[in-house]
Amino acid sequence: MSDVVIVGAAESARLGVIPDQSAISLATESALSALAEAGLNIADVDGVAGTLSPVDLAFMLGVRPRWLDGTMVGGCSYMLHVRHAAAAIRSGQAEVVVIAHGESGRSRIGAPIFSKEPSNTTGQFELPYGVLGAYSRFTLPAMAYLHKYGLNEADLAKVPVAQSRWASRNPRATRPALLTVDDVLASPLIAWPFHRLECCPVNDGGGALVMTTKARAADLNLRHPPVVVAGSGESCEGPGPAFMEDLTTFRAFRDASAEALRSSNLKHADIDHLMIYDAFAHVPLYGLEDAGFVGKGEAVDFIDSGATSPGGALPLNTNGGGLLYAHTGMYGMFALLEAVRQLQGRAAAQVDKVRTSLVLGVGGMFSAAGAIALCAAG
Amino acid sequence: MNPVPTPETQFFWDKARAHELWLPMCVDSGRHFFPPRPFSPFTGGAVEWRPASGRARLASFVIVHRAAPGFEERVPYIVALAELEEGPRMLTNLPGAPIDPAALKIGVPLTVTFEERGDMTLPQFCLTNDS
Repeated sequence: MSDVVIVGAAESARLGVIPDQSAISLATESALSALAEAGLNIADVDGVAGTLSPVDLAFMLGVRPRWLDGTMVGGCSYMLHVRHAAAAIRSGQAEVVVIAHGESGRSRIGAPIFSKEPSNTTGQFELPYGVLGAYSRFTLPAMAYLHKYGLNEADLAKVPVAQSRWASRNPRATRPALLTVDDVLASPLIAWPFHRLECCPVNDGGGALVMTTKARAADLNLRHPPVVVAGSGESCEGPGPAFMEDLTTFRAFRDASAEALRSSNLKHADIDHLMIYDAFAHVPLYGLEDAGFVGKGEAVDFIDSGATSPGGALPLNTNGGGLLYAHTGMYGMFALLEAVRQLQGRAAAQVDKVRTSLVLGVGGMFSAAGAIALCAAG
Repeated sequence: MNPVPTPETQFFWDKARAHELWLPMCVDSGRHFFPPRPFSPFTGGAVEWRPASGRARLASFVIVHRAAPGFEERVPYIVALAELEEGPRMLTNLPGAPIDPAALKIGVPLTVTFEERGDMTLPQFCLTNDS
């Protein structure tokens, strides 16, 4: 996939509470900003992808597309869009693809209504037990994980503590405070052992990526260096945590990350920078282990050692993560955008000499996964 | 929200109404699975329904402090995973169990019980010592 590059990467101007903008408007605003970064116009776009209807996106933008992708598997959908777009661009089905995210997660302006279907697997066998919110469903396997490795409540709190060292350097972070374990444990209980600071906030915002061929990129007046889509992977496991094969490891994380590394010819030691979708504090623990950066049960110690903090060997969630930066509901786009910014040398909390990044996303609640390996061009 | 059965799950819910827990089993491999499907997810082959022992162990849990709609009267309440002796896992609220993380040890034995919920009967699991 090394002939496909990201040439535009932008977020909505505002992030947080945006009561005067609809979800689709947040997406189209971000798309136009990302196109401007690439020196491209609407007329150049021939492919559109998003979790909002790609028909609505194309229509609102004024694009006449010859390629559409409306893959919707939750917050990692954008990783799958990048993977699918890279294949489409490589095969000549599209040349300039816009992937756009807009979500009015907080204000619910023009936001899709979440429908709860009482006859599907989740409706019959999960929802009757009072697990409507992600905080009571996505979190469910964590105690099995903590118990297996002799860990406790305070260990889980070390995840936002480490990420707060990044968020505190990011002026756009929703939760910019530098945190201690005591701060986390003193925040209100949401679903024991998870406290508020171990659960993502819910924000409004948007983001977009523009992808094209390396050849086309060479002719463009780019504001930032192109970023190579070096490899990718995607997979899924089941409709919810209850149906995982093993509560302490996520099969789709394992499969998607392995394929992203294999297809990019990168080894773990080659990865300079890592983003792991963190809707809740246990997800980076699963991600670090399932992607093979540490052994089983070692992720808490690794994070506690400072390895993922500023100055560490494997900077992780350098925007502050979904827990502290922002979380619109489907955070994957923001994880991708932070990785692109790091590779372009323009992140708020910039890491020195980032040449490679792996972005690992979860969709649904340990349901789907997408992984993208990115490299600096040249 | 009450579950709405499909043709593939009707048998499970009918048995639950009679306060019986039945599981689908893959005929080829003898392995139980859940949720119900009309074919084996292991081999694609035939399925038979079998009564479950009703014995399980506590696999994981959270204690919910923000209620789902319809659960406002229950907060804080437990949402737990019961790992059945036959292998599959099911959600449960551990009715009767203390709302105290220190009292809920991963691996403790659980026993099936049933909760009437409108016109449906929901399988639940309680701490075996309590029953």
